[in-house]
Amino acid sequence: MPDTLVALYVFVLACFIGYFVIWGVTPSLHTPLVALTNAISGIVIVGALLVTGAESAGTSAEIIGFFAVLLASINVFGGFLVTNRMLAMFKKKEKK
Amino acid sequence: MEISANTQALAYLVAAVLFILGLKGLTHPASARKGNFFGMAGMAIAIGATLLGSEVQSYGFIIAGVVAGAIIGSVLAARVQMTAMPQLVAALHSFVGMAAVLVALGTYLNKAQAGLLNPVLMGELSAGIVIGAITFSGSVIAFGKLQGLISGAPVIFKGQHLLNALLALVTVGFAVVFATTEASWALVLMTILAFVLGFTLIIPVGGADMPVIISMLNSYSGWAAAATGFTLGNNLLIIVGALVGFSGAILSYIMCRAMNRSIINVVFGGFGGESEGGPSAVAQAAEKGVKAASVEDAIYWMEDANRVIIVPGYGMAVAQAQHALKELMELLEENDVEVKFAIHPVAGRMPGHMNVLLAEADIPYDHVLEMDEINPEFATTDVVLVVGANDVTNPAAKTDPSSPIYGMPILDVAKARNIYVIKRSMRPGYSGVENLLYYQDNCSLIFGDAKDVCEGMVTALKGGGH
Repeated sequence: MPDTLVALYVFVLACFIGYFVIWGVTPSLHTPLVALTNAISGIVIVGALLVTGAESAGTSAEIIGFFAVLLASINVFGGFLVTNRMLAMFKKKEKK
Repeated sequence: MEISANTQALAYLVAAVLFILGLKGLTHPASARKGNFFGMAGMAIAIGATLLGSEVQSYGFIIAGVVAGAIIGSVLAARVQMTAMPQLVAALHSFVGMAAVLVALGTYLNKAQAGLLNPVLMGELSAGIVIGAITFSGSVIAFGKLQGLISGAPVIFKGQHLLNALLALVTVGFAVVFATTEASWALVLMTILAFVLGFTLIIPVGGADMPVIISMLNSYSGWAAAATGFTLGNNLLIIVGALVGFSGAILSYIMCRAMNRSIINVVFGGFGGESEGGPSAVAQAAEKGVKAASVEDAIYWMEDANRVIIVPGYGMAVAQAQHALKELMELLEENDVEVKFAIHPVAGRMPGHMNVLLAEADIPYDHVLEMDEINPEFATTDVVLVVGANDVTNPAAKTDPSSPIYGMPILDVAKARNIYVIKRSMRPGYSGVENLLYYQDNCSLIFGDAKDVCEGMVTALKGGGH
């Protein structure tokens, strides 16, 4: 099976996982959900690292890669930290 | 230390599982923080495995990018106000989009250098660039509208949809030319057009439809990551992209359902204004006039009530009234009044916006109920206090088939015994539809800024000497 087809298998099955997992998310946490998906879509940083650090990378690819790494890391750090900040605010009623 | 390709692939699998568990954690507020930590662990493993793999040979630019990104991201996350979450999210979406474009361009340069270009790869590259570019410029427009940098009103002109369709068609045309001939001019033109397309797609959407747009761009940012995964043959990116893509798609669906509108209707924009001829129920009710009430009137009924339900909307966010509401809740609870909050799915500017603001004010989440949970309770509720919400309480959605919002699921506020609505003016809500609720005998309006009125209620309750 060619690689692209394997990738397609992975993609379609992951879509099903996404469908079932996301329907389980409670509506009160939809804003943290968007922020968390912001953070994990920062996974494009993996692509950015591969571009920037590649042996064949010329100066222009390195500069392009640098900006990709920069933007993706803003997502990773900003996304996870702001999600954590929000989730820390969700509290149950304190027992008196 | 360098790890083998197989070890790296296994690490990516672990990361993917951690991301799925992370999202699963958001099933309940009690498990949510653990979920976020799973996500962080997954990301750390993914980045570590990539850096240790054989493909990454130089680290200078990488370290500089990560350090700068970490500082900017951390400061943004620490400083952002909870009311400004929609803007932050829009900005982060735009970054993912731009990063996907840059990764695709960089991959093109590297592969061209190594002589490894082929039509399938270039097709995947094109998909990454087009989706990423649309995500970027669309999110920039969404950010501008949310931040008030550009008008939140829908921008509609003749031939708009035709223009968008043409742009999309030509963009795809350039992608095909690029993939089949390796012509770099086609790559450049395709990239530029995709940026333009993101702009023209989002500009017609009105500010109040932002919950849908935020969700949609969330979805796009996922598909952009997935396309990048196809380009690089990286399964982790494909999995994460699919998860995020579906997350945004499901949120868009939930938001559209809550407005009784189709996604196409939202995307093409221009909501509100039109209504069918003849004197409608609205016009008849308008003759009856509305009742205005004072803070003291509302307090009189609230402090002796068994149950008070507070319905917050975007007006609460604008006025930052959530902290005053928390105090009001505590004072009422001291009087043995049961206080609950009722949230409509599209209240605010992004999904779940109200919940976060109430949580910020330390209002326990078990007091905050979703529409379906709380609707049966309105009929037996003594007082409902509506704070800056409008269309989502309009009984016309149920009773007036000629109303533009007919069929939209609403909070059954109209059934409560006494209703107090805090409003700044008699202006209708974003749909442009008059709210029939205001003309009911059991409904009174308190005119003023939401925060000032709520603080006035707190002061009045404290002075009551109970």
